[in-house]
Amino acid sequence: MQKTIKYVVYDIIRNRFVMGYTLLLLLLSVSFFWFEADPNKGLLSLLNIILMVIPLVSVIFSTIHFYNSYEFIELLSAQPMSRRTIYFSQFLGLCFSLGMAFLIGVGLPTLIFDGSMRGLTLVSGGLMITLTFVAIAFLASVITKDKAKAIGVALAVWFYLCILYDGMVLMVLVNMADYPMEKASLVFSALNPMDLARILVLMQLDVSALMGITGAVFQNFFSSTWGVFISFVLLLLWVITPVFFGYRIFSKKDL
Amino acid sequence: MIKFENINKSFGKLEVLQNISLKLEMGQSVAILGPNGSGKTTLIKSLLGMVIPDSGQILFDGKNIKNEFAYRSEIGYMPQIGNYPPNLKIVQLIDMMKDIRKTQKEGIIIDEEIIELFKLREMYQKPLGTLSGGTKQKVSAALAFLFDPKVLILDEPTAGLDPLASELLKSKILEEKRKGKLIIITSHIMADLEELSTHVVYMQDSRLRLFKEMEELKEEFGEDRLSKIIAQIMQNSKKKTELLK
Repeated sequence: MQKTIKYVVYDIIRNRFVMGYTLLLLLLSVSFFWFEADPNKGLLSLLNIILMVIPLVSVIFSTIHFYNSYEFIELLSAQPMSRRTIYFSQFLGLCFSLGMAFLIGVGLPTLIFDGSMRGLTLVSGGLMITLTFVAIAFLASVITKDKAKAIGVALAVWFYLCILYDGMVLMVLVNMADYPMEKASLVFSALNPMDLARILVLMQLDVSALMGITGAVFQNFFSSTWGVFISFVLLLLWVITPVFFGYRIFSKKDL
Repeated sequence: MIKFENINKSFGKLEVLQNISLKLEMGQSVAILGPNGSGKTTLIKSLLGMVIPDSGQILFDGKNIKNEFAYRSEIGYMPQIGNYPPNLKIVQLIDMMKDIRKTQKEGIIIDEEIIELFKLREMYQKPLGTLSGGTKQKVSAALAFLFDPKVLILDEPTAGLDPLASELLKSKILEEKRKGKLIIITSHIMADLEELSTHVVYMQDSRLRLFKEMEELKEEFGEDRLSKIIAQIMQNSKKKTELLK
C-alpha cells in the first residue's frame, strides 16, 4: 500500500495545478494577515475564502484526478493487488497531496501570524473540509461512468452543501421565527460539514455576541470540550461515510 | 488450471457473456476467436477480476478467484489498448511494477528479454504519454512477460506492431509455449493464431460456440487453413440464426 501511495503522490505533486493551488493559498493567507492589523479580522476573512475555495478545488481536482488515473487503476487491477489497496492508495495519496497543499498554504502562515487556539481550529477545520470533499469526489467518481457526469455530481454536492443548504436553513428559520429554533439550528448546522467547520472557528473568534440567542446556545455547545469533540467526530464521519460507500461500490465495479 | 463455470455477465440490458463454461490446462495455447463485440475481451477481463460476473464462478488452480488477488501474480496480461499514466517514464513504470511485485512474492524471476528485443532501453526516459500506439504495445508486451508468469493472456498482441516486432514477439510467445505455459490469445490475424495456438475457442453473440484442438478442427473441416475454417463457421452460424428467425 505505501509503495502505491508513493507513486500516486509522486504523480500528483508533479502536477502544476497543485503547485499553483498551494501558492494561491499561501498568497491569500499571507496578504490577509499582512493587511489586517487585527488578526481576528484577518482570520475571519481567511475563513470565508477557505470555505469557498477549498471545497471547490478539492472536489473538482479529486474527481478529475480519479478519472485521469483510470488507466493506472486498470493497470494495477491486473496485478496481484486487491481493490482495497488500489482504492485507498488513490484516496490517501490525494488526501496527502491536497492536505499538504493546505497545510503549507494556510497552516504555515496561520501558525506563524496567529499561533493561538483559534488559528489551530481554523487549520484543523480546513483540513477536515479538504478530506471531506476528496471523499465526496471519490464517491461521485465511482458511481458514474464518465468524467463529465462525475464532475457534475461532485459540483452538485458542492453547490448543495455550500450554497443551497444555508439558504434552505435560513428559509426554515425565517418561516418558523415564532418558535424557539435554537436547538434545531444546532442540529441543522451539525448536518453540514461546512457549517460545522465555520461555527467551530467563529466560536473561537468571540463574534457569537452578534448572533443573538442562537449564538448563545452555540457558544454553550461548541465552546465546551465535549462540543468540540462531537463536532470533530461529526466531521470525521463526513470523511469516512463517503469513502466507505465509495469503496463498497468500487470493489464491485467493472473496470 | 483455469475453469469457467456457467459465467453470465450483462452490461445493463446488453448480455455480453451467456452461460460460458470452459476448461483450460497448462501447456495449451488457446486462440479465442469471434467477431467484434462477441465478448472475448470481457471473458479475459473477468478472468483477471476486472469485470465481475453476474453469476457463475471462475476457478484458477482449483480456487475461486472471487475477491482474490494473489492468483494474479501467476498471470501476465497484455491489454488490447495499453493505457498508462502519461506523466510516467517507461523506466519508472517498469521499476514501479517490479517494486510492487517485490512485496507480493519472494524471489521473483525477472525476464527482460522483451525489453532487449524491442530495444526499449533506448526509450527509457520517454514519458508514456508521448509514445506511439506501437511502442505502447511493446511496453505492454514487456510488462506481460516481465515476471515469468505461468499464464499469459494476450489481447490482440500483434495488432499495431511492425512486421519485425511482430515476428520477435511471436517467437517469444512460442518459446514460452515450449516451456509448458498456458497461453491465451485473441487476435483477428488468422495466420498468427495458426502458428501460435494448439486450441481454438470460437465465440459469437456472447456465447461459446466451439472449443476444439486445432488438429481436430482441421480434420473435421477437411481444410488446412484456419482462416477458411473460421469463415465457414461464421457463415454456418449466420445461416443458423437466420433460420431461427
